[in-house]
Amino acid sequence: MVVGFLFSSCGENEIVLPNTYEPTPLPLKIPPLFAEKILDPVIPFNNPQTVEGVALGRKLFYDPILSGDGSQSCSDCHAPENAFTDADRFSVGIDGDIGNRNSMPIFNQAWNYDENFFWDGRSFGLEGQALEPVKNPIEMHNTWVNAMASLQSHTDYPDLFFQAFGTSTIDSSLVTKAIAQFERTLISGNSRFDKHLLGTLTLTPQELNGFDIFMDETKGDCFHCHGNANNPLWTDNIFHNNGLDAVITDIGLGAVTGNPADNGKFKSPSIRNLQFTAPYMHDGRFATIDEVINHYSEGLQNSPTIDPLMKAIATGGVQLTNDEKEALKAFLLSLSDSEFINNPNFQNPN
Amino acid sequence: MKNLKLFLITITIITMNSCDNDDPVATTGSIRFDFTHNWDGDNVTTDDFNIIQFTNANGDPMSVSKLRYLISNIFLHKADGSSIAIDGYLLVDLSTQSTFAFVSNIPFDTYTSISFTFGFNEADNTDGFYSDLNAASWNWPEMLGGGYHFMQLEGKYLDTTVEKPYAYHMGTARVSPGVFEANHFEISIDGFTHANDAVIEIKMNIAEWFKNPYTWDLEVYNTTLMPNYDAQILMNQNGDSVFSLGEVN
Repeated sequence: MVVGFLFSSCGENEIVLPNTYEPTPLPLKIPPLFAEKILDPVIPFNNPQTVEGVALGRKLFYDPILSGDGSQSCSDCHAPENAFTDADRFSVGIDGDIGNRNSMPIFNQAWNYDENFFWDGRSFGLEGQALEPVKNPIEMHNTWVNAMASLQSHTDYPDLFFQAFGTSTIDSSLVTKAIAQFERTLISGNSRFDKHLLGTLTLTPQELNGFDIFMDETKGDCFHCHGNANNPLWTDNIFHNNGLDAVITDIGLGAVTGNPADNGKFKSPSIRNLQFTAPYMHDGRFATIDEVINHYSEGLQNSPTIDPLMKAIATGGVQLTNDEKEALKAFLLSLSDSEFINNPNFQNPN
Repeated sequence: MKNLKLFLITITIITMNSCDNDDPVATTGSIRFDFTHNWDGDNVTTDDFNIIQFTNANGDPMSVSKLRYLISNIFLHKADGSSIAIDGYLLVDLSTQSTFAFVSNIPFDTYTSISFTFGFNEADNTDGFYSDLNAASWNWPEMLGGGYHFMQLEGKYLDTTVEKPYAYHMGTARVSPGVFEANHFEISIDGFTHANDAVIEIKMNIAEWFKNPYTWDLEVYNTTLMPNYDAQILMNQNGDSVFSLGEVN
């Protein structure tokens, strides 16, 4: 209230008093199960959530101005209808280049407590992550110097940065702070399974059976890496070799740590919203959920760094029956949150 | 009950405030409990992970790739039978260097023994109650009695020339579907004289999990041990001898 009064009373002179300007705080809308079950989200002390910061981040996320030729935005590879991943196995950069990893979905990232981002964990913090695609030659292929100049000379952005951060001098740090603020609002916690846990919906017997298979160490044994009813993130955000290949070509975490024991390890993704996030695995090799389940059931490949949790490696997998596979899939799909992908606050504002 | 890692911050602030009073004679001091890990005396850190370099009592070469465990309710016992209770718990995780608990305002005295619970006792082992443990996916499945894991010790062992996985996971024991048995146990190790701010080393000999009294055969018990009642009880019995008092500084 006081801040608003000062701001309006200054009228056109607000730039004279930049230190008195404060954007409007915007607390995250934390789903009840998250508030009840797990630790608070990670919000850097130097980048609090604000109305203006989130609005700016959302505009930037959907604006191709950040790319080298003005043709590609973050959303091109992180589309809301796909829970902010890419339906293509490998995303195509502005020059037509493709990478070797599948774009990661973006939701509930404020609860990635270790703050290791990307499949191989190479960036620390959402702000740090957002620096990368803009300058990656096979993605948006820009330079930050050029991106900042484009924003600075834009008719709207200097004002929007002032509103968000109290300065109209744009730099990469503020760009990534704004994008990270928007990304932290991308919270998914209202699937059928969430409603089941809240007691407002009854799951089908098949879905419940699938959850039992998920939680049963003698069946699916999925919970060690993918959460449980007390962890609504449905991931441990830790790196594992899940037995995809006998010969590992993309060494993943091993390239980041330099430790050969980490070769072939990639971050466990959340199993929320699988209905929208195909294809699957770090390299998008599986087009369907059935293929993913078949991998863990019969398709495991041994390698020196395979996780001991891939316990049934001697028999190629946990050997689920067809009925068990169908039930497991039904449970997984009960973690789809269509309210999340259709949330109007998350769509393109431009 | 508090996470002892979080306890650190509040206690530190209180201690700093109390220093302002120029209290002439301190009657209490802090203690940092350092959990260290060894294999029959050889220090084990994450640098040793994933290398088949240990040989268990059964003669099987093996590696460690993960070691996480939960301890709770530390007590410092005195000769007169009274004790100081340090309410709280600690999830020790070698991969995150979360290996110590810091407590303050512990009265200077001679303590004849230190005890703590491995895992949670039945009163504390409430399903889904601890947000930090939930966030770490440390939960124990409801179908096995719920609550939390007490330990996850994982790695590989060599069966002649073939590497095979093991996952020595401990928690509540399932006797039969719907019938469960608490599986925590109490550790008691030597005491110490507390006269200054102290660092107390509590040593875990990982080899003991495979040795005493049951010579652990990884060909019999390797994976899917959580629902295996016999394995759970053997872990409990072998756990008795894994901890000892190390250096006190």
